[in-house]
Formats: sequence, C-alpha cells, structure tokens
Amino acid sequence: MEALHVVSALLMFSGVFFMIAGALGIIRFPDFYTRLHAAGKCDTLGEVLIILGFIVYEGFSFLSVKLLFLSFFILLANPVGTHALIRAAYLTGVKMWKKEESQ
Amino acid sequence: MEMLDVFLAVGILITVSILMTMYRVFRGPTTLDRLMATSVIGTKVVVLLVVIGYLFERPIFVDIPLTYAMLNFVGTLIVAKYIERGELWKPYT
Repeated sequence: MEALHVVSALLMFSGVFFMIAGALGIIRFPDFYTRLHAAGKCDTLGEVLIILGFIVYEGFSFLSVKLLFLSFFILLANPVGTHALIRAAYLTGVKMWKKEESQ
Repeated sequence: MEMLDVFLAVGILITVSILMTMYRVFRGPTTLDRLMATSVIGTKVVVLLVVIGYLFERPIFVDIPLTYAMLNFVGTLIVAKYIERGELWKPYT
C-alpha cells in the first residue's frame, strides 16, 4: 500500500469510529435532546471524515470535486435538520430528562 | 491488506451502525425520535452508497448519493416544520 492509501484508510476508520459512537449514543442516552446531540455531532463528523478519505484516495479529479460538494452539503444540511427537529420538539413540549425521574 | 478490503470493512461497519440505529426507529418513545433516527439512517445510507460505488469499481455513481442527500434533508425539514406548527396533530401538549 502506498502512503496516501494508508492516510485515507486511517481517515475512513476514524469516521467509522465516530459513526458507531453516535449510534451507541442514540441507543443509550435517556432523553430526546441528548439523543439528538449524539446524532448531530457524531454523524456529521463521521460522514465528512469518510468522504474526506475517499477524496484522498481518489486524488485530484472531477469525481473528487463531486465528493467535495457532497461532503460540504452534508456539513451544511445535517445541523440545519437537527436544529429544526430540536425546535419542533421544544415547541410541542417534549419533556426534558431530570435526574430524580430515573430513581 | 488491499484497499478493497478496507472498503468492505467500512461498508460492513456502517451497516452495523445502521442496524444499531434501527432500534430507535422500532421503539422510540416519541414520534420525533423515530423521525430523528430515520434522518440519521438516511445520511448513513448516503455514505454507504459511495462505499458501494467504490467497492464495485463504478465510482461514477456518486450522483445518486447527492440527490438522495438533498431529498432526505428536504423531507426531514418539512416534517419537522409541520409538527412544529401543529397542523398535523398535537402530539405532546
């Protein structure tokens, strides 16, 4: 393997680590707002890292420009969707988690 | 370890994380939980389509994830907007 392939493989595996951490947070967190926190941060970072790994693997071509557009769109669109969901939840009155309720 | 093995491992791990997110779709306490998990699965499937395109050596399939990402974003935004206005139903008040 060349050096660039090692760099792209490292980027992809770190992205997969963040995606699995986000899925674990979606399963384990006790509240809607904390679950949305895990989903928004970890998934955006994981997907952008994986697509960045593909850009490093591809080199400079037409396809890598397309992948760059895709990662930039995900980087813009994913927090906007998360913000819309959390605003809808707050305005319709989803309850927040408190520590006394778990005992 | 060739590069195709790396792509295969990344695809399998993304599929595992999609199956972990499906738990929240099946048994979410609120409707917004299911909507959030569906949106997360949509953005994971975008990356999975890019991985499959490279795995089968037809990476020109990147156009399909671009369209799918835009459709997923618009769908999530519109359903969140309807729930926020209370036009569909009044869920939690």
